[in-house]
Amino acid sequence: MATAALSAVAGPGLVGRWSQAAAQQALTEDTLLDFQAHGNVTLVHLTDIHAQLRPVYFREPSENIGVGAVAGLPPHVTGADFLKLYDIAPGSPHSYALTSEDFSALARTYGRMGGLDRIATIVKRIRAERGDNMLLLDGGDTWQGSYTALKTNGQDMVEAMNALAPDAMTGHWEFTYGAERVTEIIESLPFPFLGGNIYDAEWNEPAFEAYKMFERGGVNIAVLGQAFPYTPIANPRWMFPNWSFGIREEDIAANVAAARAAGADLVVLLSHNGFDVDRALASRVSGIDIILTGHTHDALPEPVKVGSTLLIASGSHGKFVTRLDLDVRDGALKGFRHRLIPVFSDVISADAEMDALVTRLRAPFEDELKRELATTETLLYRRGNFNGTFDDLICQALIDVREADIALSPGFRWGTSVLPGETITVEDLHNACAMTYPAAYRSTMSGETIHAILEDVADNLFNTDPYYQQGGDMVRVGGMAYTIDPGATMGNRITDMTLVKTGEAIEPGRDYIVAGWASVNEATEGPPIWQVVEDYLARNPVVRLEENRLVTLKS
Amino acid sequence: MSINRRQALGLAAGAVAFAAAGLPGRPAWATPEETEKRIAEFTGGKTPETGRLTLTAPEIAENGNTVPISIEVESAMEGDDVVEQVMILAEGNPNPDVAIFNFSEASGIAAATTRMRLARTQNVIAVAKMKDGSTFIDKKEVKVTIGGCGG
Repeated sequence: MATAALSAVAGPGLVGRWSQAAAQQALTEDTLLDFQAHGNVTLVHLTDIHAQLRPVYFREPSENIGVGAVAGLPPHVTGADFLKLYDIAPGSPHSYALTSEDFSALARTYGRMGGLDRIATIVKRIRAERGDNMLLLDGGDTWQGSYTALKTNGQDMVEAMNALAPDAMTGHWEFTYGAERVTEIIESLPFPFLGGNIYDAEWNEPAFEAYKMFERGGVNIAVLGQAFPYTPIANPRWMFPNWSFGIREEDIAANVAAARAAGADLVVLLSHNGFDVDRALASRVSGIDIILTGHTHDALPEPVKVGSTLLIASGSHGKFVTRLDLDVRDGALKGFRHRLIPVFSDVISADAEMDALVTRLRAPFEDELKRELATTETLLYRRGNFNGTFDDLICQALIDVREADIALSPGFRWGTSVLPGETITVEDLHNACAMTYPAAYRSTMSGETIHAILEDVADNLFNTDPYYQQGGDMVRVGGMAYTIDPGATMGNRITDMTLVKTGEAIEPGRDYIVAGWASVNEATEGPPIWQVVEDYLARNPVVRLEENRLVTLKS
Repeated sequence: MSINRRQALGLAAGAVAFAAAGLPGRPAWATPEETEKRIAEFTGGKTPETGRLTLTAPEIAENGNTVPISIEVESAMEGDDVVEQVMILAEGNPNPDVAIFNFSEASGIAAATTRMRLARTQNVIAVAKMKDGSTFIDKKEVKVTIGGCGG
């Protein structure tokens, strides 16, 4: 319906020109935030903040393999290819913000990004400009990922976000605080927590509000919430046993139809599906104008269009805020103007009120947050399909402290970066592992079981049907090498498993001592992972990691 | 909400014949050939068409021991356009038989919801038989996964 009109408005190519213009002059708050307002309504999208109240370093992935129909398509483009695709100059601010290229050096030039205090400045400016013709939407993974969020059961983020005043949110890691706490928070929120795909597990009926209708700028906007479909599989189901999730495509279609029948001029899906799931969904369910994607932490400087649906990817950890101005007339989307605003903390000023609130929220923990554990000579980061240096460090600590042959660390995509030469603080460590099921287990597994685990996770990542993908990355290994062929079928991707310390092949029938953390099984025993890493750092106060060569990629 | 609950109960209360999956002392998995044979017996050798019958199941099971599935057949449920039976099969369980739902004009609609055990990743298959002898099929792969590393 809106296809013809949308293709008539400017789209691809703009970001390159804008970023070049931005790079040629000194970066200023005005350069980043001046926006020629367009149309009659503005959507502001934030997602996957992972409880980062203050600006952070966050290195984007250097590897993000797409399989099947989406191979080589954004977001499965990284590094120099990404810069070329979006016409971004190497070494420019956008290059630093959006890729891993020359990260450590550029981080020193351009500084930390994000921070709710900076985000508040952006949101307030847009509100001042657009008045009531704006919706602020939070895609979830907001309450978890930091020391202070863990210690306050998410309360610090709830208070900070309430001050930012979103109009709706959905979630994923939120549920790892347990059903009782989640219910308590949701009842306190001054805005709806939407999740049309969350069902009561016993009665198989909807447990959350599926969508809410807003009237902004004379436009009826239906915002549908879609929580992470595989929350009870990727995270401990026992923490919220009465809630069942799933993609539930047929429910989304029914809710879109219901919203249209109720007079929606614009239908927005606030989604925590992950980008490839949403791309598939957009091709299968008609009538969605905008999908605000989340979960897979992709930052794309331009919308991806599927049919007449626009997919928006707003990054993670507060690094970016998306502003999407829309021209909606006669019940249809006629045009848009989009900007993925990079939140350069040295350029965008902190909002005084939010700054004061964040300071107050962090004050009880400030001494512990700053406590120094070690120094790193290597850039510590998490993102990458197969490994990241922070997980290399965690795996080393697990093998050493828990006296294991092999270590496993989950392929989470949250966790901030620490630059070479900097100290690793309690805050840095917790940014990589603060969660409610942190027990570092030590158990015996057969080679066959280890192989089955790697195959299972690989299929969750590389299944050619996006609906069978859970997001996240490959489970990280220590003490063991293997070869992976992402394009192979389940059971045939992982070969050449070798125990590093002996150089011998992992035997299916032999038992190995395996240490890991974040098991989804109830009553997992062991010290919390941050204690294991802290113990290791106490004895190894200078971190210097060799390049990880444990995983061989066969393509 | 209460309407939904009543609907769910009403649907589940339809005439249902269950077959136990995972019989003890039967280590072998069902084969696709066995499943094909069951379908042929059910349809009288006809190759069922796609369309009209919709099988709804999760892509990935949250708990393989109790996987919710639903079937619905587009049908007027009067005259010749009546669904008589819908058979559910699990291709990869030790025994592929899951359930047969019986319907009649009095059913009003041909829809049912149940839960089933899936021993491993496999196809779940639904086959509908109409009064006029036509048959329909729908199939969905349900993954049973170890899980625990996403996010």
